[in-house]
Amino acid sequence: MKVKVLSRNPDDYVRETTRDIHRVPRNYDPTLHPFEVPREYTRALNATKLERVFAKPFVGSLDGHRDGINCMAKHSKSLSILLSGACDGEVKLWNLSKRECVRTVQAHEGFVRGIATRFCGTSFFTVGDDRTIKQWKMEPPGYGEQEEPLNTILGKAVFTGIDHHQQGETFATCGQTVDIWDEQRTTPIRSFSWGVDSFSCVRYNPVETELLASCASDRSIVLYDMREATPLKKVIMKLRSNTLCWNPMEAYYFTCSNEDYNLYTYDMRHLDTPVTVHMDHVSAVLDVDYSPTGTEFVSASFDKSIRIFPKDGGHSREVYHTKRMQHVICVRWSADNKYILSGSDEMNIRLWKADASEKLGVLTGREKVTRDYNQKLRDKFQHHPHIRRIARHRHLPHDLYKQRREIKEMKDARRRKEVNVRKHSKPGSVPVETEKEKHVVAVVE
Amino acid sequence: MAKTKKKSVTFDLPRKVATVSAMDEEVESDEDFLPDNENIISASEDEDAGDDERKHTKLLEAISGLGGRRRKKMTERSEASLQVSEFGVNAEGAGEKVALSDLLSSATEASRTDGTMTKTHRQLKNLEKRQATLELPLSHQQTEKIQREAAFEKASKEVSRWESTIVHQQRAEQLFFPLNQQPSRPRRMEQLVTSWKTQTPLEQEVFALLHAHRQPTFDPVLTPVEEAQLQAMSLEEAQLRRAELQKARALQSYYEAKAKRGSKIKSKKYHKVQQKAKRKAFLKQFEDLCKSDPERAMEELQNMEKKRIEERMSLKHQNSGKWAKSRVIMAKYDLGARQAMHEQLELNRQLTHKPLPSSELHDDSDDDSNSDPTLASEDQTLPDIVNEASANQKEGANPWMKMAVVLTTAEQEEPKAVADSETPEAAVSDAGEVGEEREEETEEERLLGEFARRRQLRRTNDEEEEDKEARQTAEASQTDGASEVSPSRADRSDDDDDGDEDEEDQMDEAAASELNALFGRLAKQAQQGAAPLGSSAELLDEDTTRVRTLEQAELLAETHNDTAPPVAQVESEEAAPGHDVDDPAPKGKGHQKVIDPEQVLTKQARSIRVPMTTPAIEDAEDEALDEQTDMIREAFAGDDVVSDFLKEKRKQEEEGRPKDVDLSLPGWGEWGGVGIHTKKQKRKRSRFLKKAPPAAPRKDRKLPAVIISEKRDASVAAHQVSQLPFPFENPSQFERSIRSPLGSTWNPELAVRKLTAPRIVTKAGAIIEPISRDDIMPAKAVAGKRRAAPDIQLGGDAERRGGHHRPGAKKKKHKK
Repeated sequence: MKVKVLSRNPDDYVRETTRDIHRVPRNYDPTLHPFEVPREYTRALNATKLERVFAKPFVGSLDGHRDGINCMAKHSKSLSILLSGACDGEVKLWNLSKRECVRTVQAHEGFVRGIATRFCGTSFFTVGDDRTIKQWKMEPPGYGEQEEPLNTILGKAVFTGIDHHQQGETFATCGQTVDIWDEQRTTPIRSFSWGVDSFSCVRYNPVETELLASCASDRSIVLYDMREATPLKKVIMKLRSNTLCWNPMEAYYFTCSNEDYNLYTYDMRHLDTPVTVHMDHVSAVLDVDYSPTGTEFVSASFDKSIRIFPKDGGHSREVYHTKRMQHVICVRWSADNKYILSGSDEMNIRLWKADASEKLGVLTGREKVTRDYNQKLRDKFQHHPHIRRIARHRHLPHDLYKQRREIKEMKDARRRKEVNVRKHSKPGSVPVETEKEKHVVAVVE
Repeated sequence: MAKTKKKSVTFDLPRKVATVSAMDEEVESDEDFLPDNENIISASEDEDAGDDERKHTKLLEAISGLGGRRRKKMTERSEASLQVSEFGVNAEGAGEKVALSDLLSSATEASRTDGTMTKTHRQLKNLEKRQATLELPLSHQQTEKIQREAAFEKASKEVSRWESTIVHQQRAEQLFFPLNQQPSRPRRMEQLVTSWKTQTPLEQEVFALLHAHRQPTFDPVLTPVEEAQLQAMSLEEAQLRRAELQKARALQSYYEAKAKRGSKIKSKKYHKVQQKAKRKAFLKQFEDLCKSDPERAMEELQNMEKKRIEERMSLKHQNSGKWAKSRVIMAKYDLGARQAMHEQLELNRQLTHKPLPSSELHDDSDDDSNSDPTLASEDQTLPDIVNEASANQKEGANPWMKMAVVLTTAEQEEPKAVADSETPEAAVSDAGEVGEEREEETEEERLLGEFARRRQLRRTNDEEEEDKEARQTAEASQTDGASEVSPSRADRSDDDDDGDEDEEDQMDEAAASELNALFGRLAKQAQQGAAPLGSSAELLDEDTTRVRTLEQAELLAETHNDTAPPVAQVESEEAAPGHDVDDPAPKGKGHQKVIDPEQVLTKQARSIRVPMTTPAIEDAEDEALDEQTDMIREAFAGDDVVSDFLKEKRKQEEEGRPKDVDLSLPGWGEWGGVGIHTKKQKRKRSRFLKKAPPAAPRKDRKLPAVIISEKRDASVAAHQVSQLPFPFENPSQFERSIRSPLGSTWNPELAVRKLTAPRIVTKAGAIIEPISRDDIMPAKAVAGKRRAAPDIQLGGDAERRGGHHRPGAKKKKHKK
């Protein structure tokens, strides 16, 4: 006689070890899981709300400087080391993971105008108001040794900025001229000047390492090639650019922070119009730095806030501010794409998360899965009005908010007037000028 | 040496006469003179002893030169040469400027004397004519501008090389940073140690101890060769190589599979075509070889010879096989079969044909002409031996074969005669038997090689058996007569043997009986049904006969359909008498598994005569008159816009009106059983019917030409996207993106992972360096990495950045 019994294979439902997750058979029949869009919409809404709930970007502040922080530099080989120069000539090295100052150097008399670390991370250069370039060892002096620079170069004029070559033993300074220096020599190997009396910033291109760009006080941005005897080209804008930064992943793009509250991303091959105009600040933009992935950049402004822009977006995706933070003079994006460092007038360096709602520390697998899923959901439903409203909502200090409104009104008024003028004048006599075209005065070859 | 000698000679002479002709010589310092003189001495010694006198004078000169050294020191430019010249030419006016006209005058004089205008003269004249001065060099600003432009062009070109990379990165689905990540490997001892420095006294002590015991801290554990081996293949390289190998393997297996597939194809025609193509290609190749490489061609020729021998040995292509036998039977009626056999024989002839010298060629052609008609004749039942023999005969060498040839040729005529004399019906059946017997006899007599005979024996045995079977079945079939037959596959082949016509008759009879039965049934059906044919689908298909199989059912359905269209007349082009039965016939046959190939294959397509549509009005005059209106009417035929719009509006109104809701449940609150009053039911239904509230007045009720949609729900609209977002091009695209779910509720694990992969992935705690050439060129990067040691912080390649001095690069080279 044959007896029929239920037979179940334990392989189908028993996990191999107790550390495994339970086997859950799933049926993906869509009729069993209806309303996928509304359900996902709800999830996206919740994810967006949670993102805003968890958006706590401020990590910590480093205090210790006795004057406003004027410049900062990342260590080229270590993530945890930050260098900062203050307006009293003091340079401090910080350990970011411990959030403490590891070393203080009285580098210059007067302002420390610029810091640059050498590509190998063994030494750094500072320039100051005392017309000197000093090279310092990265390591603190041994017991009983005096804090002394490795080299000191006396210049003829004040240096306002410095940047080191990506791989070579050269560095560039700017002041009355843009000078290229060999580390071994006390005189510049090359000196560029093009009818300008002073420069405020010089930056090496990190990709095409022989190219440089500088911001001049005559409202121009000048491009150089280290190998050439002459500068390459310059573009004159309506207002002066304070600093610029090259995109570390895209060789020919750079972004400059301008006095007219905007940032401009240029393609160095076509300087006649900027690629993108980034607007959101309500005061002069003082510093800009690209994320190491080249997809975003952060800008510091005189309006006591820092903003994060996507590289091709006209408006910022994030604004950071605190009550105590004053005019932000310098800003840097950490080399692991995780943090942002801002140095401001009130002697503090602040450490921010680049992604405001990111959970710090080690994530479990399930946390990672959830994070990725939520991110995708937010992206998917980002155009839906409720989600967009929540995702884009930011709190601003009152005066910032007010200024923003004011600026908007002003812009509207200007636009209205322009339209009116065009309406009441001969057709074609008042040409339509796009926002990109407005800010460039001339390109000089 | 020679030069110096010459110099000294030219120099000595004028000094003696106290004149200096070569000014440049005099400008030289004495240090130059001294070695010159010494050289002279040594050189003079080398010369032959014949001219002693000259030697002597030279020596004297040299001595005088030595003595003259002191004098030389005081040499100064004297102007004596102006007055005195060794050539006796008066050098007066040497300091004066020479005007072009002076030269010209002398030249003209010269030309006058010559009577021709010299080239120099012409040039000088041209020079005199040209008065233009050279242009001033460009101003400093302008040159700088040009330089800048050139430099900018260069730089922008250089930078543009990144364009493809940048575009690629921008479009990438996912980006990993840092770029070009190295797999984490355990670092070697010496690498760790070199990067570590002793700092505390304790460490130093320990280090000293270690050093004292000669621990291998600094000297590398691995030899350079080992190191090279370690670095020989990076992961990427290995992966690349593996991928290549995989690809190669896949390709190989693909070709193998293809070959296998090809070999498995049963189609003879396919293989025939293939082989033919191969042969053609081979011939062409051979011809080429003959021209290009005669030696190889000879080899090929030998190969061919070998093949020929093999062909002669085998029974291939000699119409002796089973297939050939069957063809023989078919040959009488089937042109194709005949051709096939012919082809076989032709092939055999080609393969066994020996390329002969020209003298023998004539005989050969004669032979061919003799044999050709036999080959072309209808029955090509030439047994293999015959062919072989004839081939041998051509060779005319094998004494063994001669007898056999004679015999076979004699017998060859027999079947021919038989075939000619007998009626086709009998001939086919007899031919096989006769052939068999004859073959058996001949084989006994023949003294062929054992190998061949055995093979032949095997074959004939088979055939005998087959034949027996065939005879049996044929008899059986004949006795069965009109009764239904269900022959197997083997039987069918036997039927072939028996002759087509017999078989056909049989089959026809069988089929006819079957068909008659079927048709009778159909006719009955038609009578019984007596309903309009169009409604056959709705009504039940009633019938007395039972449909047993699917095929029968289909058949029934088809017959209905065939009779259905009364207007369209089905007509086959063949006006066969039993035609009206023809349609279901093949089906019946198919069911019986007896296929009459001729009937099936030669069936013509039916033409269906459909009544034409009513002809258009032909009145020419009317057309001329109403042409315009007609055209308009034609163009807007069926375009009644207004009524369409009204209809649409009404439809929308209808749709928008709230509907009554029927909440009654069938059978609820009712008695079951027979004789239920429907009236009661109606009342109940009305009780459960929920009347819809009157519709809100439409917004467009007073606007006859407007439809205002009332579908929009304000409460939902707040959640909906009002404008098409940027990257999307049309609403459907956007909707599609929203519609597809991402979550694990709807997607399997792997798909979810793929769908939710973040765009930018960074490694925790890793510094993301700016992009460099190494990152986008893996091969180069590998080379660069191989060079770079971890204790030296360097990167990039020296070739690209040639702008400045880099000691780092040197270091690397040393390392290498």
